[in-house]
Amino acid sequence: MSGAKRGGIEVLSGNDMCVEGALAAGLSFFAGYPITPSSEIAESLSSILPRRGGCFVQMEDEIASLGAAIGASLTGRKSMTATSGPGYSLMQEHIGYAAMAEVPVVIINVMRGGPSTGLPTKAGQADVMQAAWGSHGDYRTAALCPSSVKECFETTVKAFEWAERFRIPVTVLPDEIIAHMRENVDTRCIAEAKPFDRLKPGKPPEEYEPYSYEISKEGAAIADFGRGYRFHVTGLAHDATGFPTNDPEEISRCNWRIIEKVEIARSAFTWTEKFMLEDAEILVFAYGSVARTAKDAVLRLRAAGIRAGLYRPVTIWPFPASEAREVFREARKVLVPELNAGQMAGEIEKYLTRGCDVEKINRLDGEIITPVQIMEAAKALHGRKKAQSSD
Amino acid sequence: MAGRRLSPAIDIEKYLRKRNLPHIWCAGCGNGIVLGALLRAIARSGFRQDDVAMVSGIGCSSRLPGYVDFNTLHTTHGRAIAFATGIKLGRPDMHVIVVSGDGDATAIGGNHFIHACRRNIGITAIIVNNYIYGMTGGQVSPTTPKGSRATTAPFGNAERPFDICLLAAAAGANFAARTTAFHADKLEDLIFKGLGRKGFSVIEAITPCPTCFGRRNQNPTGVDLMNLIREQSCGIEPGGKSEAPAGIRLGVFADRDEKEFTEIYAEMAAGAGR
Repeated sequence: MSGAKRGGIEVLSGNDMCVEGALAAGLSFFAGYPITPSSEIAESLSSILPRRGGCFVQMEDEIASLGAAIGASLTGRKSMTATSGPGYSLMQEHIGYAAMAEVPVVIINVMRGGPSTGLPTKAGQADVMQAAWGSHGDYRTAALCPSSVKECFETTVKAFEWAERFRIPVTVLPDEIIAHMRENVDTRCIAEAKPFDRLKPGKPPEEYEPYSYEISKEGAAIADFGRGYRFHVTGLAHDATGFPTNDPEEISRCNWRIIEKVEIARSAFTWTEKFMLEDAEILVFAYGSVARTAKDAVLRLRAAGIRAGLYRPVTIWPFPASEAREVFREARKVLVPELNAGQMAGEIEKYLTRGCDVEKINRLDGEIITPVQIMEAAKALHGRKKAQSSD
Repeated sequence: MAGRRLSPAIDIEKYLRKRNLPHIWCAGCGNGIVLGALLRAIARSGFRQDDVAMVSGIGCSSRLPGYVDFNTLHTTHGRAIAFATGIKLGRPDMHVIVVSGDGDATAIGGNHFIHACRRNIGITAIIVNNYIYGMTGGQVSPTTPKGSRATTAPFGNAERPFDICLLAAAAGANFAARTTAFHADKLEDLIFKGLGRKGFSVIEAITPCPTCFGRRNQNPTGVDLMNLIREQSCGIEPGGKSEAPAGIRLGVFADRDEKEFTEIYAEMAAGAGR
């Protein structure tokens, strides 16, 4: 179990560091429901939060868990839940609600193999698309894919900042490998983290309108329930005051605001790693645990004389569109290994130059993609280039 | 016997968000009576508006929080109690009230309902039971009486209804009571009693829905349904036994003083070495 504040090198798991990240960010409310492979997060927080003046509650299901987290968030508490694929599916109802009602909340979704009950104890990257499009209607949210135990900490801290700043639901998507993997972490990061506290309304209660703020990269303020600001929150289309409306102009404003407030700050969400990309003739696009084997494959390919490079998004949503366009501009050979049937490969095709050769490596068997698998695919792709150029 | 008037001295207008009126409810609907009783009970309880959070789900009665000047949260279908649980745990000092219909609370939200009873969390749930899904046009609900007609029970409801108060009592709520929109003063009293309880309290109000229930069941107006509710109402013996099992059994089904969840939680946290 996690929870100590030590400051030095320690062997910790990804789930441990999600917990540490949440606590460092100021978490004070957790509601959850048991599910493999995320349960360690709930277990840790059930022990830590009560001793810190926080609150832990195990709810009757995942729908209730996210509902309770949103309710607690409205009282001003930094709130979170943790789950895995099937639970994340149930939570989609309230992810849409949090997006529509603009209530900050963080979800840790430890990805396992799907669909349905799928592979509870094995790795998958099954929820990439669900993280962006899982709830009905149009909205924008953010999702982060850590590739290391330390990054579980960093992405969770960041998730809270974005949730609180932009009044959105934010998901951290460690896959099962990252969540259960243990590696050395310098825990000084825990004390060094800078929690972001949500912006408070600069107006007195009688002038306060929860949905009339100017959209900006700085984010939006929200008042707390029970502090003199008696406002209304609804999942119905609403006007600036928060009350339901049938006015097409107000409805439009409401629906576009929850999209534009994220779109306007898109560059602020961009968080990527570019590894040996400068002269790469084979670009590997990978995220999460797969990026670790991809990095190893890149090094080995280089040693074998093939100039490979890795482009790794940490933030997968909003997709780092403008940077990706730049990175892909010169790319002619792109390899996309994923522990799903090609969810992100479909997305990046929007940003590739026409004629770019895309090769996908997909596993749905719960096993990891090995460096050798990536190397073999890269070599085949490399060879295909030569064959084409000799035409 | 000179009946007690409906707390005539209580000013409930200060609680209304008048800009949102008129309300959406049909003529003959019982929701307005529940709203009045609820606001009078809140006034009698002496709660500050800033300290009250009112949470609802989806349905006609769930529009109620939009009309009242508290911290108000209109959530998803069936989930009001889940959100309310987060509010109560986040701010145990606040008075958290849930307003929910029969379909909202006992069909899609049935699980949240029984678990809130089990937790005995300090929330007062007003369950407005009109025997039907009104907002969606009159479909059969978990409390539609057997044999009654609904748009999705055209030959009469084949299913047995839930008894919401017995369900709440069995699941562990500190307080569970039923009355009707006809008994408006009793409704106010029971809500007042529920608001004063520290644990989970359920006040079920049987209400007329002439538009969606009455029209399909030989009672097309609000007055018809009010008369029917009045005729069918009967008291319960202590312990929940009824002399007239076919009627609408009114009374207090659970009246306990077991410790409230957030208080237990605070003690546990203190004991854990906070």
